[in-house]
Amino acid sequence: MAKSNKPIVWGLFAAGGTVSAFVIPALVVVTLLAALGHAPAGLSYQAVHGFASHWLGKLMVFGVMFFSLWGSAHRLRITFYDFGVRADGLVATVVYLVAAAGSVATAMYLMQL
Amino acid sequence: MGEEMSRKPYVREVPKHTWFFRHPRYMRYMAREITCIFIGAYTLLLVKGLGALAAGQAAYESFLQGLQGTGSVAFHVATLVLAIYHTVTWFNVTPKALPVQIGEEFVPNGVIAGAHYAGWAVISAAVLLAAGVF
Repeated sequence: MAKSNKPIVWGLFAAGGTVSAFVIPALVVVTLLAALGHAPAGLSYQAVHGFASHWLGKLMVFGVMFFSLWGSAHRLRITFYDFGVRADGLVATVVYLVAAAGSVATAMYLMQL
Repeated sequence: MGEEMSRKPYVREVPKHTWFFRHPRYMRYMAREITCIFIGAYTLLLVKGLGALAAGQAAYESFLQGLQGTGSVAFHVATLVLAIYHTVTWFNVTPKALPVQIGEEFVPNGVIAGAHYAGWAVISAAVLLAAGVF
């Protein structure tokens, strides 16, 4: 049987879709309030820094970012194809690179806290 | 190979860029696909915010200030609508993607989807509570 990386990228897509389905809507509500100039108390530097400094907070932040990025990247690759862009190799390279860069940046920022 | 098998193979024409206008079902499929553009962009925005947080209080507060504005509000509203659409459509297909069998019987679709909706409500309430929204 030919080797395929499909189970890996599809698994990340499924996990990403599930994680973002559970948490993204509520997160958007929180930052929407900040966009409207009514940032809630929990968005203060002290509160967010305290949350993201704890190992459990770090784990949650990294999990949400990592899975959401990889799920979106894989879906975006399929979206390009569906809109008629057939340069799949190039599209896949770019979207997965952005997801990888975002994941590495997230890990580095969390380690600085 | 195709020519050997049939002299006049039937080739159904599919317009590459406009096929999804042919049926409302295809349009809904594409709407689901488009949610990833906003969710992905929003996640990158969060990565940027995390970078500001790591850079210190001044950088973080200027990031929060930078979130204000009409364009940002429009982006947030669009992302919220599409994120909710993603969540609803995702949970509605979960029973098909992850059928659960107990003994001879399959757990009804409504129970699996319902459990996910309940989890969504709990997690959303926890996030809003932690953020001090209420």
